[in-house]
Amino acid sequence: MHQSLLDLWYGFSVAVEPTNLIWALAGVLIGNLVGVLPGMGALSTISMLLPLTYPLAPVPAILMLAGVFYGSMYGGAIGAILLNLPSHPPHAVTCLDGYPLTRQGRGGAALGITMMASFFAASVGIVLMVFLSPLLVSLAARFGPAEITSIMLLGLLAGATMSRGSALKGIAMTLFGLVLGCVGTDTTSGTVRLALGLTDLSDGVELGALCMGLFGVADFIVNVNRMGSGYSSPTMSMKDMRPTRSELRRSFLPMLRGTAVGTLFGALPGTGPTITSFLAYAFERRLSKHPERFGTGELAGVAGPEAAAHAKTQMDFIPTMSLGIPGDAIMALLLGALIIKGIQPGPQLITDHPDVFWGLVASFWIGNLLLVVLNVPMIGVWVRMLRVPYRILFPLATFFICVGVFSARNSLFDVGEVAAFGIIGALLLRLDFPLSPIVLGYVLGPMLEENFRRAMLLSNGSFNVFVEHPICAAFIAISATVALFQLYSFCRRSLAAPRVRCAKTPQTDLAD
Amino acid sequence: MQKIADRLGGMIVLLMGLSVAAAAQHYDTGSLASMGPGFMPVVLGVLLAIVGLAMLVVAPVARKPDARPAGLSMRGMLCILAGVASFAVLGNYLGLVPASFCAVFIASLGDRDNSLRDALILALAATIVGVVVFAYGLHLQLPLFYGG
Repeated sequence: MHQSLLDLWYGFSVAVEPTNLIWALAGVLIGNLVGVLPGMGALSTISMLLPLTYPLAPVPAILMLAGVFYGSMYGGAIGAILLNLPSHPPHAVTCLDGYPLTRQGRGGAALGITMMASFFAASVGIVLMVFLSPLLVSLAARFGPAEITSIMLLGLLAGATMSRGSALKGIAMTLFGLVLGCVGTDTTSGTVRLALGLTDLSDGVELGALCMGLFGVADFIVNVNRMGSGYSSPTMSMKDMRPTRSELRRSFLPMLRGTAVGTLFGALPGTGPTITSFLAYAFERRLSKHPERFGTGELAGVAGPEAAAHAKTQMDFIPTMSLGIPGDAIMALLLGALIIKGIQPGPQLITDHPDVFWGLVASFWIGNLLLVVLNVPMIGVWVRMLRVPYRILFPLATFFICVGVFSARNSLFDVGEVAAFGIIGALLLRLDFPLSPIVLGYVLGPMLEENFRRAMLLSNGSFNVFVEHPICAAFIAISATVALFQLYSFCRRSLAAPRVRCAKTPQTDLAD
Repeated sequence: MQKIADRLGGMIVLLMGLSVAAAAQHYDTGSLASMGPGFMPVVLGVLLAIVGLAMLVVAPVARKPDARPAGLSMRGMLCILAGVASFAVLGNYLGLVPASFCAVFIASLGDRDNSLRDALILALAATIVGVVVFAYGLHLQLPLFYGG
């Protein structure tokens, strides 16, 4: 534990280096902006910025991309509370009580409380990350190919079944992602697989093109002509962001509970901040002495879910950074960025590249602090930005996508890939398929295959190896439990009468 | 309507699985102990086909409250896709400037509220920004104009 603190100190020294600091600042600013603006989520933004990071060293690159991620969580709350506009799904539940608070003139206070809850939850998440990760790593030293395969299976299964929509569709999309991962040259045998006869595909599908097509272009296609042009501006004064003492008292416990929910779920791969915030909201309502007040401006309904979402966001990094298993699509992207830089994710990341790991952890704190400090004066700016009409944003964003993808491999074919995945993504969204499992499958596919191959090679084709090793067996058991739970809830749902409650959310199924 | 969409989804997944498994037959599958390049694709294809069948057979379940598939705007889809495609094609033959201009112009026409004038202004602005930031600032490896 003492070692962790020393390492953290080292991380701070890395994070405050001017280059790293500037890139981290850029990341959180962009993330905050993106969080405020509807239509472009953290996922599409990180996809767009990915090529920008290629000439950078690994540390500033990952600092910036991570900053975009948790910066967008802060920004999303602003739109949700002030304008009843959930730019991104995790904040849909914040609207329910946040907007009524604005109408009562307490919007600024709600925002202030949200900021505090977010910072608190993020801090807890960071502390856990500092102390849990080395533990996880020492555990992971005993991981062989069979163990890694079973963890990846669990991650893929969890990602497939816990994302929005039917579990079957999630599994189908994960499999689709795995297939996409197979496209290109097989590393072991050198055979070119599934390349449709195109030489440009012999290097595989480009990660940036896949993501920008699926999440950027498809997003635009689905949202164009559906977004309202111009939003009503809040008439309340934004200067009063100071919450009253009773408001603080009332939101303290929900903040703690929300953090607990987020932390617990953060450890699970496959769940996203959206599910976590919904669960926290339901939890608060269940526990509250005045459940009927929810929906009319109850602070617990704002503090709890936001804390949960932020804790979850930080916890997401733990399995990604310490084990190399991404919890959702955004983490998969960040891992992809590391791989492109030549950094192999996995348990050895902490020891081989301590500057990346500990610098990242330290920058979380600095970034969160920056965000809290920035958002206080910048509220007015964000609100004004929301007035830029979508019809101007998306063509420019399309342009940036084209240039960005091209610059990754200097290949216009990749830009064509973006168009192809744009159609595919739009059609899949129309048919109500979740898109994030595709990225999970694509990033994990090659690693899964390699480890599975190795495990089978070592065990001479016998599946017994998966149940013989205790760690492996444990993960397989958890996966089986997840699968069985899905079956159970499915049977229950098809027998009970369906209750459909319509909530207004934009058509984005990104980091969930 | 929802049922048709679900059935269609199942069909697509089934077809996808079958075609992947079929395509993978060309590669050496090998055995479980020493897997060839074709092993994984075949397994994935079969799994996909099974899932597709399951989707067709199983009745669609009541969806979670926040799921609401959108209708697709044909105009939006065609224009955005044409915009991206035009960047790829024109960039190959004519260079960055024409590609940028056409891409933004066509894409912005996808929105019903964008007039021709709006699209022109956007395209112009994007091209200028693109040239300054990407070509001069970031040294993008795409010539501004292909001569001839």
